[in-house]
Amino acid sequence: MKNDLLFDFTVDKSTKKVFVNREFDADLSLVWDAFTKQEILDQWWAPKPWESKTKFMNFEVGGRRFYAMVSPEGQERWSIQKYTSISPKTNFKYLNAFADKDENPELPGSDWDFNFSEQNARPADPFGRGTTKVSITIYNESLERMEKLIEMGFQGGFTMTLNYLEDLLTALSQK
Amino acid sequence: MRRDIFQAIADPTRRAIITLIALQAMTPNAISDNFHTTRQSVSKHLRILTECELVKQEQQGREIYYSLQIQKMKEIDKWLDQFRKIWETRFNQLDKVLSTIKKQKK
Repeated sequence: MKNDLLFDFTVDKSTKKVFVNREFDADLSLVWDAFTKQEILDQWWAPKPWESKTKFMNFEVGGRRFYAMVSPEGQERWSIQKYTSISPKTNFKYLNAFADKDENPELPGSDWDFNFSEQNARPADPFGRGTTKVSITIYNESLERMEKLIEMGFQGGFTMTLNYLEDLLTALSQK
Repeated sequence: MRRDIFQAIADPTRRAIITLIALQAMTPNAISDNFHTTRQSVSKHLRILTECELVKQEQQGREIYYSLQIQKMKEIDKWLDQFRKIWETRFNQLDKVLSTIKKQKK
């Protein structure tokens, strides 16, 4: 597995947007399937030890995915994703909202925009397959909603990266 | 009303104030000189920043100086890092899934 794949995560608080970019060592159609097919999505969407459980998923404009993040104790956190736009193997968008188990959404939600692009095979490796870059933009009406995503129980590490603080201060000072 | 660091940085004027006083402690008047808004408006922002514990006031002679509490800024970083971690974990899982599917196809 290649380990020099791009990964970046940035937050722009003034526009309330989160940007996530990641490159995958697989071709475009496979990566697209991994994001748009329920059986693959459920294998990786929930950070372990949580599990992703999709009750239904209609991947079409106007269609919805209703799924839960299930904790190791069996606690379920439901969400609804409503697809608002789909351009096969290029882009899709949905509106994400937390929900109760009866499919009632808690509005407002957040807008998610996924872009897929094939990166050319590296010239130094003519037999190598291309990689695929996925760029995700998440717009949240309030930062508190993002905070809630974390409160949902994901316990990330507490490694502090002071670089972010520097970047933040630099970005602010350029305004 | 709950005051936290995210509220402190939610406003562009407050972010600009943070940047200004990150370099040196300043009096409210000196801070106001950098903005086109009224002094009352700057005082209001300073009050919110103080309530969020992001700035601290210090009396020096007849003047009050405001300075940035850098430690408090780290809370943002800590919080964002958790969010970043979720994505990192998620994508590492996807790498494994992709690699498994590719092997099955061969």
